Amino acid sequence: MSVEPYLVLSALLFAVGAVGVLVRRNAIVVFMCIELMLNASNLAFVAFARQHGDLDGQIAAFFVMVVAAAEVVVGLAIIMTIFRTRRSASVDDASLLKY
Amino acid sequence: MIAFWILAPIMVVAALGMVLVRKAVHSALLLAVVMVGLAVLYAALEAPFLFAVQIIVYTGAVLMLFLFVLMLVGVDSSDSLIETLKGQRVLAAVLGLFFAGLVIAGVSQATYGAATAFDPAIDNVPGIAQLLFSKYVFAFEVTSALLITAALGAMVLAHRERLSPKPSQRDMALRRMRDYADHGVHPGALPNPGMFARHNSVDTPALLPDGTPSELSISRVMRARGTVRDVSRDQRTAEEIEAQAKQIEGNRR
Repeated sequence: MSVEPYLVLSALLFAVGAVGVLVRRNAIVVFMCIELMLNASNLAFVAFARQHGDLDGQIAAFFVMVVAAAEVVVGLAIIMTIFRTRRSASVDDASLLKY
Repeated sequence: MIAFWILAPIMVVAALGMVLVRKAVHSALLLAVVMVGLAVLYAALEAPFLFAVQIIVYTGAVLMLFLFVLMLVGVDSSDSLIETLKGQRVLAAVLGLFFAGLVIAGVSQATYGAATAFDPAIDNVPGIAQLLFSKYVFAFEVTSALLITAALGAMVLAHRERLSPKPSQRDMALRRMRDYADHGVHPGALPNPGMFARHNSVDTPALLPDGTPSELSISRVMRARGTVRDVSRDQRTAEEIEAQAKQIEGNRR
């Protein structure tokens, strides 16, 4: 059992998520890409926990999941409020702070 | 390791599809594939507790929340393909490739040594519980504060005060008549979807007397999704059949 393939997969998923955040305009899809990045880091945590035979890594992944769940709840509520006032879920339309 | 080599390509393809696919609902479903794949990898990495949590929290709760909000916001809100910054997509792809290359190079440079096995005396779930309620008990308590704050925040953000009184049936009837007087909008019920010999589902538009499909007989969401059936083809088929029937009748005479 080698930890390296897991880390490579984790890096790939993280990079795909980062590109998604940069490229996509729909706020909900941007949010999904953030979730993908969090999950990629979780995979690295769990892989290292297996490598070292230590449960601390799994605890870290567990806390990441808790924070991600809280973040999703608040983030989606914000997206919904923005949609209700501006009738759009595009990140380009939420630009009032610019002016 | 077999599970890894089967799942890893599927997960990478699903993640790429999530970024490239245009409709947000498809993105959410592809994200579900990645999440379930990760859960199986956790099981392969001897983390049965995280396997269960991943399935319950991510595929169960988070993704359902995503789909729920997508349905509320409207499925027709697909991404625009216009680039607001010139060359942004290409630059983002190049940066992503560079980043992936950098991290993979770093990962492959390092030496890891042989993996140590978990202590066979402690099971996974009791082991995690022991750590969670001793070494990490403070973080665990802070987590509860975070969860309460998140629930409260979502309630405050999603709550809406009604600014105008709720329209009564009388108000709505008056508005309908006013629309009829001012704009000539038909005050009665909207037309039903089409009922034909071949199709009577809700995606089939009704035909107006002049043969054009009626826009009002179809749900707005279906039109936005582009799943409205094209009835002109059925019309042509019907005309052909009619012509054939006439010909047969003519031959008989």
